[in-house]
Amino acid sequence: MTTLPDASGVKLGLVIDLDICVGCHACAVSCKEWNTGGTDDGAPLGDRDAYGADPSGTWLNRVHTYEVQPDRGPAQIVHFPKSCLHCEDAPCVTVCPTGASYKRAADGIVLVNEDACMGCGLCAWACPYGAREMDAAAGVMKKCTLCVDRIYNRNLPEEDRVPACVRACPAGARHFGDLGDPDSAVSELVAERGGYGPMHEQGTKPVNRYLPPRARDAHETGPVRLAELAEPQAKGFLGWLDRAFGGGD
Amino acid sequence: MHPAPSLILFTVFSGLGLGLIVWLGLGSGPDGGPFGPVACLAALGSAAAGGAFSTLHLANPKNAWRAFSQWRSSWLSREACLMVAALVVFALYAGVWAATGERWRGLGFSAAALAVATVHATAMIYAQLKTVPAWSATPTPALFLGLSLAGGLLACRALQGVFGESDGLWHAVPALLAAGGLCVWWTARAAGAGRTATGSSVASATGLGRRVRSFEAPHTGRNYLLDEMAFRIGRKRAFALRLIGAAAGFVVPLSLCGLALVVSGWVLLPALVCHVAGVMALRWLFFAEAQHVQALYYGEG
Repeated sequence: MTTLPDASGVKLGLVIDLDICVGCHACAVSCKEWNTGGTDDGAPLGDRDAYGADPSGTWLNRVHTYEVQPDRGPAQIVHFPKSCLHCEDAPCVTVCPTGASYKRAADGIVLVNEDACMGCGLCAWACPYGAREMDAAAGVMKKCTLCVDRIYNRNLPEEDRVPACVRACPAGARHFGDLGDPDSAVSELVAERGGYGPMHEQGTKPVNRYLPPRARDAHETGPVRLAELAEPQAKGFLGWLDRAFGGGD
Repeated sequence: MHPAPSLILFTVFSGLGLGLIVWLGLGSGPDGGPFGPVACLAALGSAAAGGAFSTLHLANPKNAWRAFSQWRSSWLSREACLMVAALVVFALYAGVWAATGERWRGLGFSAAALAVATVHATAMIYAQLKTVPAWSATPTPALFLGLSLAGGLLACRALQGVFGESDGLWHAVPALLAAGGLCVWWTARAAGAGRTATGSSVASATGLGRRVRSFEAPHTGRNYLLDEMAFRIGRKRAFALRLIGAAAGFVVPLSLCGLALVVSGWVLLPALVCHVAGVMALRWLFFAEAQHVQALYYGEG
């Protein structure tokens, strides 16, 4: 059914720390790998012209990079991984005409039943985040499953029962847990760091949270010029030699 | 948004056919002669062809039958259900009319109401998308209904003209004028409804403050998100298409309507062809110029 279920209270989701993310794209690659060869029922994530001049493909997680200019100090680079935010009021679910797109009552995960999808693409249009991509090879809509085939999978060691992106992150920037439980580790992290969901004006009530970059240290003297520190400071006779022959400048 | 030919053909021809169903169902046109069967077949053919074109848009059409299941929540599903209901009721009306020469008002009015509801549902597929302010913050249902009813009336009078019935041919003039006015109204509203019109911005999309710009995209090539929801159109091309839409859709058909009143009713037929071509140009722009908020993540302001 493409009507939204009554909330069960459990809201599984991701918390992504933008202060820590180094933009290595390991989460995106790991996501692509798992969802191409994973144990889920769905078709692999399709690619077009994969080894040709103009490759394109379906990805469920993409890492944007932004330049942020704070009010004071130099500009900062912030890496911004983006995947489905498993919204509470998911517009992608209610627009679906076939019933393929649905939100699970038990844990709030938004999924696509690929056996019922007719590939009209309306759900991708309804999503403000660009979290859904049509698989050109399979002809069905693909999206982040929150690795539903990992997180409950008893065939995997316990430490692997998290989404592939969380498991892959070498910097520890990604966290997985129940954001509906105020006492969970992820909820405490969100409360402590002022985590936010993007595009609140769209009314989607996203579950995933982003932790904002921490304020950088302010240097009264301005940024330190490392190149100057590396210059040898010649004194005495050698200093006179440098000055006399115009070197060391 | 990507102006898919399948969606342009779907919305234009289903709108035209359903508009004609409305007028025939309400009792327009002569009761006798070959007009009835020809007009009914034209209406059913145009609406059904429009519906068939929509399936060309599907990446996985074998599941298209499932689109009749989610009418409780989905406008696309409602459109599919209403379309079939309108066509079935109208086919019954047409069958009775052809067999007995009588037009059953109950059936006709029901078909007309269902046809209006179908066009409204078609428009709501687009008007429901908060992610595309050019569709949701504008009078899109009025635009679709107006064009459908004007096109349907023009088609009805054109077919009448072909069979030498000159009753009410002049109705096409106010219908075209009203639809043209609707187009101008909608276009003026849509011109101010870019992707930031409803409060979304690169800042709200990223939550990273006011001064944010895209430094690096996640991928070096094109992808579905850019092809589908970050379509760009040059200003010159948009201007040319708008000119074609205004001229072919309204100015030329209105002139031909004037000529038809003086010369002969069949002149409305080229007016109809011209109008449909103009509406297709405008429908291309309806998609191509609509901006999706998702492109904000790529730094498109």
